[in-house]
Amino acid sequence: MSEIAKGFWEAWGLILSLDPDLYEIIFLSLQVTVTAVIIASAIGLPLGAWLAVNRFKFRRYVIAVLNALMGLPPVVVGLFVYMMLSRAGPLGGFGLLFSPSAMIIAQVIIVTPLIASISHQTLRDLWAEYHDLLISFNATRSQRIRALLWDGRRALLTAMLAGFGRAIGEVGAIMIVGGNIDHATRVLTTAIALETGKGNFAFAMGLGMVLITLAVLVNLLIHTLSKTEQASTW
Amino acid sequence: MVILPLTLKEATAHARGKKLLGPVSLKLDGAGITMVIGPNGAGKTTLLRLMHGLQRRSGGVVEWAVPERAARQKQSYVFQSPIMMRRRVLDSIAYPLRLRGISKAKAHAKAQQVAARFGLAELLDSWAPRLSGGEKQKLALARALITDPEILFLDEPCANLDGRATREIEEILRMAQAAGTKIVMSTHNMGQALRLADDILFLLGGKIHEQSAAEPFFQNPKTKEATAFINGDIVE
Amino acid sequence: MNRTLATLFATLMFASTASAETLRMAVTTSFYNSGLSEILLPEIKADLDLDVELIVVGTGQALRLGEAGDVDAILVHARAAEEAFLAAGFGTARREIMYNDFVFIGPANDPAQIAGAANAVEAMQRIAQIEAPFVSRGDDSGTNKKELALWNAAGAAPDGNWYRAAGAGMGATLNVASGMNAYVFADRASWLNFGNKGDLTLLYAGDPSLFNQYAYIPVNPARWPHVRIDLADALENWLTSKKAEGLINGYTINGEHLFTFNAQTAE
Repeated sequence: MSEIAKGFWEAWGLILSLDPDLYEIIFLSLQVTVTAVIIASAIGLPLGAWLAVNRFKFRRYVIAVLNALMGLPPVVVGLFVYMMLSRAGPLGGFGLLFSPSAMIIAQVIIVTPLIASISHQTLRDLWAEYHDLLISFNATRSQRIRALLWDGRRALLTAMLAGFGRAIGEVGAIMIVGGNIDHATRVLTTAIALETGKGNFAFAMGLGMVLITLAVLVNLLIHTLSKTEQASTW
Repeated sequence: MVILPLTLKEATAHARGKKLLGPVSLKLDGAGITMVIGPNGAGKTTLLRLMHGLQRRSGGVVEWAVPERAARQKQSYVFQSPIMMRRRVLDSIAYPLRLRGISKAKAHAKAQQVAARFGLAELLDSWAPRLSGGEKQKLALARALITDPEILFLDEPCANLDGRATREIEEILRMAQAAGTKIVMSTHNMGQALRLADDILFLLGGKIHEQSAAEPFFQNPKTKEATAFINGDIVE
Repeated sequence: MNRTLATLFATLMFASTASAETLRMAVTTSFYNSGLSEILLPEIKADLDLDVELIVVGTGQALRLGEAGDVDAILVHARAAEEAFLAAGFGTARREIMYNDFVFIGPANDPAQIAGAANAVEAMQRIAQIEAPFVSRGDDSGTNKKELALWNAAGAAPDGNWYRAAGAGMGATLNVASGMNAYVFADRASWLNFGNKGDLTLLYAGDPSLFNQYAYIPVNPARWPHVRIDLADALENWLTSKKAEGLINGYTINGEHLFTFNAQTAE
């Protein structure tokens, strides 16, 4: 218990003293995860909308595959990306291994199915509402998708936040493809793993508190947004 | 481009193996208000949806003077429960114009004019899903008429509205018809049918039981079911 | 000595005309946990304008990274594996830099009585005899290989419930040993720097067979043309220089001396 208390004080000490190493780690964590979520959303949101709106022969299977991909163990994704990006692997020529880009790639792969699946589910409900109206308006397929994406924007934001929550706490994949290199690819989660392995529990807890705060903030946001979804004016 | 007349020849509609409607044959032409009446379950909604293309035909022919997709550009439909998009009233009314590539400024300008005519001027900035039932239906009508359709379908539009709202809607419909829009409308309210109809389509059991101009229908119904229905008896 | 200075100077000249270069080096967790890199890296940056990115893994993975060309150089401590690495053509040459030693850590009450053992092998035998709980790194690292070699020499097969392979780096393995109050085979530097000792204490050390030699191997550019052999060579020169000698020999934890510099300064 004293270890936890020590960690608590150490955390505040680091945060308030504007410890440069800590803030470098926090900044890199946000950089990697925010970039990954933006890319994953650019792919996942329209994909979810497209799946909600279109009826084609293999639709059920595609949706099942998407939901299954959500359950991909992140560390396995990390291993796969590692093998792809290694110099000895097919994409080695780009020299991306052990860089923040590799971490972003891994997180995009992990988070896109989640965002696509959530957006598909919420937009499917919205599509059920709008279906007759948009057909009556003679809207083209892309116009329908745009209407869903815009009118469903709160639910979609929730999907993005869920993706963020998943990515910011991920450690296995980015450890493998990033290498946890000091000042280069070390983020909150990998730093916690490292410090714990060194037996520096207090510092690890300090990092952990920062991470918990971030995750809690995100989840609170999701909660507030989804509760007031129907009644809200944006 | 003129899309009427609409011709149905032995058209049928099925859902999950069950027959909803048909075979039905009719020809709809340019003028007046055609009322579709009949007991619940007779197929009124199905017929309207079939004509507008929201219901797929399982057999027979449904034909406009031009191809279906082009024809739908000049049609509009108002649902029994108005479908509101999650937008402001002004954006909602302007939406059909925006879909047709009209600039935001022009679309909003026309939407404001239309809203004023329909008594919605005060509500332009309101959030559409929050409107009252009557206001929603007026918005739906404004939205339906802003594109100057050649034909307007309405599925029991006043079913959930009070007397005042009903009166306002009927007034709007008369004006639209006077301006040249063909109105095809279902109702289970005999009074409304009496007030508005130029032609009657009486449906029973998924088929057209009687079809004629309004006055002869009400004065001199040909079938006993029609007589019973006009009298207010339950007909199956 | 003059040659070293000359090379350093030349490298400095080159480096100052460009922005900082980056070299990727795979090092073992034992090396990293000692904290020595925190001292060396800033000096390397200052002298060579070189950013050394350390990828901290077990010896096994470090060698694999070198084989795959994902790093420019490796710093490991497993002689046999290093020789094999060179024989297969993955590295240019092996350069000894420094050594530290391995130690036996265990519960303060020392149930296997290894504190009084005559040598490392006997310490192992005593542990095996009473089947005292023992945690191994089990990760094919230099430390792990050394440990297994000792079990072999002791004629004791590390097998059974008392022997736990953690499959992890030195720090994590020490954590497990601390949690289980078990014996563990560690490098002195990692032990001194470890923050969660619990009831564990250093019980046996000093046998010359516990000698742990670190060697530096640049990855072979003939095998992987993208490798910055110029930077790797510059780093090698720096690591074997008088300055490095001073820093390495002078590095202490709580007053305890850790590494001994033993590089042959050249030709």
